[in-house]
Parts: sequence; structure tokens; C-alpha cells
Amino acid sequence: MRAPDYRTPRTGIDSVEHQGKLLRMWETAPGIKGFFSTVDHKEIGIRYIVTAFVFLGLGGIEALVMRMQLAGPNLSLLTPEQYNQLFSTHGMTMIFLYASPILSGFSNYLWPLLLGSRDMAFPRLNALSYWIYLASGIFLYVGFITGNGPNDGWFNYVPYASKQFNPGLNEDFYALGMVFLGISVTVGAANFIVTAFRTRAPGMSLNRLPILVWGTLTASVANLVVVPAVSLAFFLLWMDRQFGTHFFDVGEGGHVLLWQHLFWIFGHPWVYAIVLPAMGMVSDGLPVFCRRPLVGYSVVALSTVATMILGFGVWVHHMFATGLPDLGLAFFSGASIAIVVPSAVAVFAWIATIWLGRPVVTTSFLFFSSMILLFVIGGVSGFMTASVPVDWQLTDTYFVVAHLHYVLIGINVFPVVGATYFWFPKITGRMLDERLGRWNFWTMFIGFNVAFLPMHLTGLLGMPRRVYTYDAYPGWEALNLLTSAGSWVFAVGVLLFLVNILRSLKVGALATQNPWDAPTLEWSVSSPPPPYNFAVIPTVASRHPLWESRLGEDQALSSLDRGMLLDSGKETIATSALDAAPDMILEMPEDSFAPLVLTAGLSGLFAGLLLIMWTVVAIGAVLSAAGLLLWLWPRRELRERASAAEAAHG
Amino acid sequence: MKTSPLGYLDAAGMRAQHILPLTWFTLSVSIAVCLVIAVLLWVGVRRRRVPSGVDIAGIAVERGGDGLPWIRVGLLIAAVPLAATLVWTMVVLAAVARVPANPALVLDITAHQWWWDVHYSGALPPDEFETANEIHIPVGQPVLVRLHAADVIHSFWVPKLSGKTDVIPGQINQSWLETEQPGRYLGQCSEFCGYQHAHMQFEVVAQAADKFAAWRAAQLEPAAAPASAQAARGLEVVQLRCALCHQVRGTSAGAVSAPDLTHLMSRRTLAAGTLLNTPGNLAGWIQDPQDLKPGSLMPNQYLSAQQLTDVLAYLETLR
Amino acid sequence: MAEVVLSQPQGLPVGPIRRHGIGWWGAGTLIASEAALFVYLLFCYYYLGATNPRGWLLEPSPSLTLALPNTLLLLASSGAAWFAERGIMHLKRAQALIGFGLAFLMGLGFAAVQVLEWRAKSYPLGLSSYTSLYFVTTGFHMAHVVVGLLVLAALLLWTALDYFSPRRRLVVSAGVLYWHFVDVVWIFVFTTYYLTPYLGFAR
Repeated sequence: MRAPDYRTPRTGIDSVEHQGKLLRMWETAPGIKGFFSTVDHKEIGIRYIVTAFVFLGLGGIEALVMRMQLAGPNLSLLTPEQYNQLFSTHGMTMIFLYASPILSGFSNYLWPLLLGSRDMAFPRLNALSYWIYLASGIFLYVGFITGNGPNDGWFNYVPYASKQFNPGLNEDFYALGMVFLGISVTVGAANFIVTAFRTRAPGMSLNRLPILVWGTLTASVANLVVVPAVSLAFFLLWMDRQFGTHFFDVGEGGHVLLWQHLFWIFGHPWVYAIVLPAMGMVSDGLPVFCRRPLVGYSVVALSTVATMILGFGVWVHHMFATGLPDLGLAFFSGASIAIVVPSAVAVFAWIATIWLGRPVVTTSFLFFSSMILLFVIGGVSGFMTASVPVDWQLTDTYFVVAHLHYVLIGINVFPVVGATYFWFPKITGRMLDERLGRWNFWTMFIGFNVAFLPMHLTGLLGMPRRVYTYDAYPGWEALNLLTSAGSWVFAVGVLLFLVNILRSLKVGALATQNPWDAPTLEWSVSSPPPPYNFAVIPTVASRHPLWESRLGEDQALSSLDRGMLLDSGKETIATSALDAAPDMILEMPEDSFAPLVLTAGLSGLFAGLLLIMWTVVAIGAVLSAAGLLLWLWPRRELRERASAAEAAHG
Repeated sequence: MKTSPLGYLDAAGMRAQHILPLTWFTLSVSIAVCLVIAVLLWVGVRRRRVPSGVDIAGIAVERGGDGLPWIRVGLLIAAVPLAATLVWTMVVLAAVARVPANPALVLDITAHQWWWDVHYSGALPPDEFETANEIHIPVGQPVLVRLHAADVIHSFWVPKLSGKTDVIPGQINQSWLETEQPGRYLGQCSEFCGYQHAHMQFEVVAQAADKFAAWRAAQLEPAAAPASAQAARGLEVVQLRCALCHQVRGTSAGAVSAPDLTHLMSRRTLAAGTLLNTPGNLAGWIQDPQDLKPGSLMPNQYLSAQQLTDVLAYLETLR
Repeated sequence: MAEVVLSQPQGLPVGPIRRHGIGWWGAGTLIASEAALFVYLLFCYYYLGATNPRGWLLEPSPSLTLALPNTLLLLASSGAAWFAERGIMHLKRAQALIGFGLAFLMGLGFAAVQVLEWRAKSYPLGLSSYTSLYFVTTGFHMAHVVVGLLVLAALLLWTALDYFSPRRRLVVSAGVLYWHFVDVVWIFVFTTYYLTPYLGFAR
């Protein structure tokens, strides 16, 4: 029997039998089998979030140890090498293994729900992205645990990273681990891009996308084209180290600044990639608690894209002191100052939303709104470093350390914690405790600012970054002690967050479908959502499907209860890229072990490369190729194949 | 605040002085922006906030104003300091980026893991000499600094005099120093360079022209011959042990992979700012550098007590 | 919009039809990322070529004896792959089999000649940054050729198993797109390493 090539989807309303039918098709098998083969974006999203939070904890512990060493002058808790591995691993962990994956996790979980779809465009690719993230994280940490962690900072300048000055396995672990992780980021980015353009609910045209989707989409486009730069840089470094090539070797025509260009061509857009989705969380979450739509939706969406476009043109501001020509300095200085403008758009939009709304102060709101201030503090200090001459004083001092922590904690961690309070009920079906939430917020907020606000002054007083100890120069001692004390308070705040999560998972109040009375599609399904997300495919007619009766948006009439049923298989709908008109019925893949097999193969491949054991490399490569071939084998049920003979009959 | 030797909120050199007003300007603008935003947020939240305990679903959702004037006005106001900073940046850049055309003195400074070699050029080879970690310059005259890297990337930074210039293998970057005020100015490596990045300091000593000339004349001299038997025994040990890496001009110790010791005692610190140059510190440094500066390329010496006293007696004469 | 969708449901394709399908987008995004990789590789060449003194270029006049015919061979294999895709589109399975077979053989030929070209070089990988770049860039391309050959082999096999029809052939189109990409990238690599010296770059 052959299914037809074309079909008019049945429309109808939700029913218990319909849900039962969908459940049988979409539910992941219980037990080990399901655990290792699931392709459900919600399951994968939760794994991303949990794994990223574990890495946040590890990076935090590393930070606390460093702050003990730096609590006073000339302490010797750590040797220089231990300190160097700690600060490098801390940076690597927070930037690569926490900040980006946590946002991928939330986006993975939320996107199909926000977009009115039943899954991501490529569910198996989604699973692969997670498994590789996990495997590369373990790979990098095996290095650290065996005393072979990176020891040249997260941006890993050559020639200190080259074999001559760094003979151990440290840099090999880091280089190969980063190439490995790059695969995860790249396939993840491709998946987000296609999902955003092709699997939205009918009617959700681009100008109706939640800002979080704009943020992650922009970040994904950037990642897709800049991650190869850093993967290449790390690969060439590994070649230099292991096979005597000379890409970065000055003596034989290489150039050490080639590393810096490749790294920062990636590095600066990456910094935006790990804040834009978080800014999107605030843009979507804040209005819910202000009881009004976001001010200036279109300009905020445009500024998100503009930030990234400008972000491609500012990488040299990390290299102002490297002796570049004046003209280049002037250009990149100007671009770096100009990038303030789109960021300012978002800030004014958020503040106007608060002023023109009726703020309901919840924990989530506190994290979102305080982020605005932290964003501004991190932004203005960045603006200062954009001025080349000023940067020549500020760079590589604690001023920059303060700046980047305001950016990463202020614009990533605070929105993420706020987002957890906001979406936890949807994900788990239980509310986080609001009382504990207040304690959680104020300890984190006060601890963070006590730790990092004085650090600007530490920098202005000249303390260089990346020193394992320091002399008791006037002012340094008290400021460093204050920072260390603040870091402990901050850590207590994070601990309260963890306690709240663990406690609320068991005893939290049960969440309704839409506890915050929020406007977007994820709140139109049960908490937690069923495996198939939407029993009927919603049809969207405005930016705020659940508020439109109250806002009178263009007399919009989204249809949530009645729509395409798509129950003759594991199906969802694909729509056109701009207007989201229904375009095709997608057959979604079943759970699959292929992503796990491919990850195992790649893990073997990279382990073999690390140890230069070609047999292991070969086994890994063959396993990977086999996994890939099985994965891509055209499947009848996915309508990837139908022979000419069948076509002739059809 | 003004007393931190690496702080850059006060300036003594021409380049740093050009930069400082711009630093204060951007800093003030930044603080003002943060305060304004903080007040706007605080007032904005409190103005119409919903009393706690009210269910969120009970608060009507309203479209309200479109709020775009906020963004327009905000951007207009923001544009003023941004434009001012951009223009001012270019002006300062023009003033500090160009190296002086006719420097009074040209120094070739080579950054090593974890110390600074300083080469004074002269018109003739006999007018040239090496020293380490302490740079003397005459006041009131521009001094060109050519930066060479012996191993990895370092960065040359004397906060009170000048911003950072990276020291990069394979290229010669230039910086320049000029100050009217005599004094000692601390410098620090400011690009991570390995184990002892923390202990890679130097000092710039700005002196009146006559004092500088006297210092220079003294530095040009080779080491004096040992005057006592003990010092002579010390010299023997130095030539046997230290000469593998160090140079003492006028003796057979002529290696150049570590700081030149010819006038060691004229310097204020040891091991690139790690220790004050006192006899006790010097003895401790010779015997156990790995304790004082772990990872340093100087190995522990394990001299006998007698040898150590002799060496110290000799080094004491290197003034 | 809502009304339109609900009141006038229309016949929609089920799964990928022709080139139309999200798999096409997936292949496109991943190829874009791969293309970026080669942009950075070539950036390395131009950056080092521009910053090094004269003499960096070890072959101011690279021999085109093998490289030029080999380039044409690779381009021809792209044509064969296109021919094969047309075969699928027009229900001519023999044409498709011949096309894929030819494309595979010509790709294999390209790889073999490239190995000869490597052996003919008078310098090893680790002589200078130029030699490192030459071997690593062409090596990266070779890795893509190998993957492309596996793809062509799979398409050949699947065509032999009669998997595809003019409508259900997204896999074919995506695979052929990848092979075109491998060939187009080679034009850039070839131009950079074999032609720009004649145009005076870094000479």
C-alpha cells in the first residue's frame, strides 16, 4: 500500500481519542531504550539545561577556589600552574560549556512550543547536537581532571599554546575538544535556522515571532558561519603541535596574529550569540509581568539582527594593542562605538515597557528587570574599551574582567535564572517557590554586585588580569577581599536557586496551563506539555495569540482549538519561510540510536587523534560513517524514497 | 587611590596624559548613564506596581502607549556622548599613536619569560650596553621603545606613562615614553605569558639629564675587578655557575639568556620586580628561586654556605 | 489568515517532493558552514602571503600540467552528477546509473591525480607555512572529496535499488548539491594556489 503524495489535512477539534492516538505515536519508549534513543525536543532541551547547569556549578567552584587564592596578597593556596589551569578551565567552561548550551537548551525546549510545532525541523540532528555537546564536555574535563586542562586562557594565544612552550597534552585536549564541540554547535545552529524558517505554525509570519526566536535565530546564523573559524584555528594549532606545520610559527613564515584574527572573528560574534537569546528571554518575559506588549517589537527585532551584523565587524577591538595600522584602529573603534546603538534600543524598549505597564513583581520579573541595569553597566564598560586609547590602559586589567562578568552573568545568568522561574511551571508542571525566590534573587544580586562592581576600580588601580598572586599595592587588598566575599554571597544565591529547584520539583504548587496569564503559544498547552505538544496545529493571527481578544489586535483571530489534526502518522506541518503559509506535511522520524552511535564513533575518533593512535581513529571513523549511512538511508516512512515503479502507479 | 603604582587614574607621561581626560570623560558618562537607568528602573517599577498578593491574571492586559518616543528620545540623547567620544577618540589616537620622529633615545627592549632585557643603542658599539628590568630615561625627551619578543607574546605597559603595546614574536612594535616628572614608574607585563606572568614587572626611572648621563656612563663601565680575596673567590663561582646564562661584562661570564648582571647592585629589585634587591633577598633568590618564583627559568643553585657568602661578596661589588 | 487556513484547506505534499523539503534547507545550511570553513582557509593563505616577505611563495610559477586537467576532470564529474540527477527526474534509471558511475569514477580519478600531485611536490608538509597551507588546504578539500565519493557511491547504490522517482528524490538532489559544492570549492582553491601567483600575488 502506498500513501498518497498529496493530502488535504483534516481539520477538526481536539478530542480524547485524538490525543490518545497522537500519544501512541509520539511518546518515547520507557526505560533505557527510550533514554538513549529519544528525539523529543523537550527531553533534549531539559538535558541541555541540566548539563549546562552542572557545568555552571563546576565553573563556579573553580571561580571560588581562585577567589580564595586572590582574597589576599601573596597567598599560596595554588601553584601558578594550578591557577593557570583553573582560570583557563573556568573561562572555557562558562563560555563554551555553560553560556551557549544553556540557551540552546531553553531554545530547544521552547522553540517548537513557541512556534506551534510538534518538534524541531531535524529531531535526530537535535539529539546528535546534545550527545556531542555532552561527549566533548566530558572530553575537555577528562583533560582537566588528569591535570591536562587548558592553561593559556580561553582565547589561548599562540605561541604560548604551541608545543615549544606548552609540551603537555593540555593544549591537545583543548584544541581537539573545541573542534569536537564545534560540530555540536554547527549542527545545532543549522537545526535552529531551518526550524525557524520552516516549521512555524500557519500564520506565524516573521513579524509575529517571539523575540527569543529572533535572538536564537540570529545567534545561530552567526554560529553557522563563525564557528568554522575557531574550529579551523584549533585544528591548525593541533597540526602545528603534532605534525610540525608552521601556521603560527614565526620562524617559518607563520604568524601569531593569524591565531588572534581567526579566534576573534569567531569570538566576538560568539559573545553576541551567548547574549542575544537571553535578551530575547527578557523581551518576551518582561512584558508578561508588565501586563502589556513589548514596546517597539519591530525595532527590537531589527536591533537584534543589527547587533549581529555589526558584531561581525568589531573583532579587532580585542587586538587594539597588537600594533595594527592607525586606520584599522580608527575603523574598528568607530564600529565598536556604533554597536552601542542597537543595544540602547533594547534597553529603552524594556524601560518603556515597564513605565507604560503595570509591573507585577515576581522573582522572574526581578531577574529580568535587574538584568537591564546589569546590561547597562556591562555595556558602558564595553563602550569605554571601544575607545582605542582608553582601551590601551583598560585592556588586560581587572576592568575588563569586571566588564565581561557583567556581560556574561548580567546578560546571560540573570535572564536564564529569570527564565527558569518563568518557564519552570511549563517544563515541570510545578511552580518554583516565590518566597525562596526573593531570597534567591537578592542574594545573587547583592553578591554579584559586591563581587564585581568594585572590580572595575581594581582594574582602574592597575591590577592585571590572569595573575596568580599580587602584591599589596594601595587599594588592591581591600578590593580583592571584597570581591572574594561577594563571590561567596553570590555562590550562596546560586545554591538557593538549586535548593528551590530540587524542593519545588517535589513539593512545589501545581502549575496551571498558564500561571502567568502569558500571551504566547507554549501557554496554550498543558504543563508539562504532551509529547506531541499540540493536539491540533494552531493557526496564528497575531503576536499574542492568548491576549488578542483583550488587545484587539487587528481583529485577529488565532485558532488554537481547531486546526489541522495531522494524526495519520508522526506528522507536523511545514510552512513557507516568510508568511508561514502551510506548505507541506512533514513526516517526523521515530526515536533513533543513530545520533548516539555517531557520537560514540566521533568520540573514538577524537580520542584516537588525541593519543595519535591511528587504529582507534580508523575504528571511530568507520563507526561514524556507518552511523551516518544508516541515518541517511532513505526511508519509505519518511517519504524519502518511492521507486519509479511505485510513482508510475501513484 | 592615586598611590597605586599601576593605577592609571593619574598620569605622569605625555601619552598617559593625553589619554587620561578621555578616560575620565567616558568613565563619567558611563557612571551617569548607569545612575540614570537605575533611577528610571526604580521609579518605573514602583510607580504603577501591582500590590503584592494580587493574582497576575486579575490584572488587565492593556495595549497602552506604543512607547516609541522612549526609544527615539533615548537614542537622540545617547548619540551625543557617543559622537563626542568618537571624535575625541580620533583626536587622542592621532596624538598618541604616532611615534616621535626624532627620539632622543632608542631602546630595544626584549621581553623574555619572565623578565625584560633592555638594550641601549649608541652611535658606536662602545656606546651600547645591556641592562635588565630597570629602564632609565631622561626627562623631557621622547624615548622610542622598540619591542622584541624572545619567546611568547608579552605586553609592555607603564600605566603612568603610556598604555599597552603588545610584544609579539615576528614583529617589532613600537611604543614611546616621555615625561616631565622625574620619578620611578612601575611597568608590568599585561598579556598572559605563562607561569610567572604575575612576576614580570619593570621600572622606568625618569631622571634629569645630568643624572641620566651619569647613570649611563656608569652602566657603560665593565664590572670592577674583585678587590678582596673573598670577592675573587666569589667571581670564580660566578664564572663557573652563573655564566651559563648570565653576563658580567669584563669577566668570562658572557651568556645572554638571562639578565645582565654587570651592574646588578644599581637596580632596585630582583627577578623582574619579585623582590627588593637586599642582600638577604639576593641570597634567598640565588639558592631557591623556585620557591620565590615557581617556574622561573633560574634553577636552584644549592651553593655551600661558603660559596654563597663569597658570591654575595662579589655581587655586592657590581655597582 | 486563520480563516484562510481553516476554510480552504488545500492539498499539501506529504514529505519531500522533488527538491522541495526541509532536507534541502538542512543541506544548504550545512554547506554554507562548510563554505565558511574554506573561506577561512583561504583567508589564512592570503593573510600569510600578504604579511610575509618575498620568497615565501615556494612555487612562483606552479606547474599546471597535472592540476589544470585535473580541475577539468572534477568539473566534468559535476556535469556527470547533474546528468544523473536529470536521469532520476525523467525516469531514466540507466542514465542515472551511468551518470553517478561516471561522476564517481571521475572523482576517484581526481583524487588519484591529486595524490600524484602531492608526491610530485619537492617539499614536505613541515617545511614552511606555505607548504603547511598547501597540504592542509588541499588535504581539507581531499577529505571533502572522499565524503563526496561516499555520497556518490550511496546514490549509485540507492539508484540501483530503485529507490527514487522524479518526485521522491530529495536525497539525490541534496547529494548532488554537495558534490557541486566540493567542485566549486576546488575552483577557489585552484585559483588561489595555482593561478594567483601568475597574477602576481605574493610573488
